[in-house]
Amino acid sequence: MTHRLLLLLRRDLALLLGGGRRGATVLPVLFFLAVAMLYPFAVGPDAPLLARTGGGVIWVAALLAAILPLDRLIEPDLELGVFDQLALRGVAEEAVLAVRVFAHWIAFGPPLMLAALPASALLGLDGPSLRVVELGLLAGTPGLAALGVTVAALTAGLKGGAALAGLLVIPLAVPLLIFGAGSLAPGGESGVALTAAVSLVLLAIAPFAGAAAVRSARG
Amino acid sequence: MQACRLAATDLACRRGDRVLFQGLSLALNAGAALQVAGPNGVGKSSLLRVLAGLLVPLHGHVERQGATGLIDERAALDPHLPLDRALAFWGRFDAVTAEPYAQLGLAGLGDVPVRYLSTGQRKRAALARLLGQVAPIWLLDEPLNGLDRAGAALVETLAAEHCAGGGICVIASHQAFALPGMDTLELAQFSPQEGPS
Repeated sequence: MTHRLLLLLRRDLALLLGGGRRGATVLPVLFFLAVAMLYPFAVGPDAPLLARTGGGVIWVAALLAAILPLDRLIEPDLELGVFDQLALRGVAEEAVLAVRVFAHWIAFGPPLMLAALPASALLGLDGPSLRVVELGLLAGTPGLAALGVTVAALTAGLKGGAALAGLLVIPLAVPLLIFGAGSLAPGGESGVALTAAVSLVLLAIAPFAGAAAVRSARG
Repeated sequence: MQACRLAATDLACRRGDRVLFQGLSLALNAGAALQVAGPNGVGKSSLLRVLAGLLVPLHGHVERQGATGLIDERAALDPHLPLDRALAFWGRFDAVTAEPYAQLGLAGLGDVPVRYLSTGQRKRAALARLLGQVAPIWLLDEPLNGLDRAGAALVETLAAEHCAGGGICVIASHQAFALPGMDTLELAQFSPQEGPS
């Protein structure tokens, strides 16, 4: 069984990271950087203002970037019949979804944390703020990945599912945003722990909610 | 081949608001073959998906003993990968040791991305996946679609060999399928408009 899950993980990583049609890990990262770059243009070169609001902008950009890969997460495999073939081989959907959450995080979380370095330079964040932003992203991106996979499973097979998925993710990600961005306020470092707590809840729910959605979408 | 059995009791299946069939029972033992026949939309594919355990029936239950392989219109092969690598994923998954692909006429297509394959070639690739799975129960949904005459004969031979080896074959098709000793199930008899027979 472990051997099969490792095979699945390899396939998922190759699809989400690699040169496949579904690849394009770069796309959310570029989008993230683009938002971070646009913001100073929009509000003007007021360094104190940028430094004060920059952390929040990074969080909003991360949330929006999380929407981009949604339509590649579940829908293609549902259409190809991969979920059917896995079910026939006795692999539980929950396991498939858990593997996919992990693969999606690998393809999405660490690249975003790397991109947060140039983004915080663009926004003029100081060292301590950058540290909190990076810690917050480390705590929050697993939750965003879990949420993304769940919502992608819920909307797979629907007409206009991609747009609907985006709309669904935004309100559900609000707790992550509040705690994540809130941790940047003076004395708000405990927000990182709360972000991690929200992430853990989402991670615990995602495989089961996603598996139920896949099973009903398959009907 | 491991022991296998496929039985269904008092099945009913609903898609949307419509009950497709009801009161359907069947029992297949090792070596049996069954063709599910009927016009389009009568529920052949749904019956196969219910038998495979992929669709929950409205009523009744299915008993499966032995692994189940399914072929339908989707090949479950990653479209951007070369055929060899797409098949290799399932090969490793099913721990295939032999190379059963040669007889399927796929030689020379190994480095062609799956999305460039024709319908018939994709069907042959799906057959290769099924052969690698070594499942005693075969559920074939329109297995002849898109295949040329040689391909169709090949599928019939493979199915005959599978049944002779103690496997079970259920074939949903509106086309004639030549298989010795095969029973036919007219699904239309179980549609609620006609009343259960």
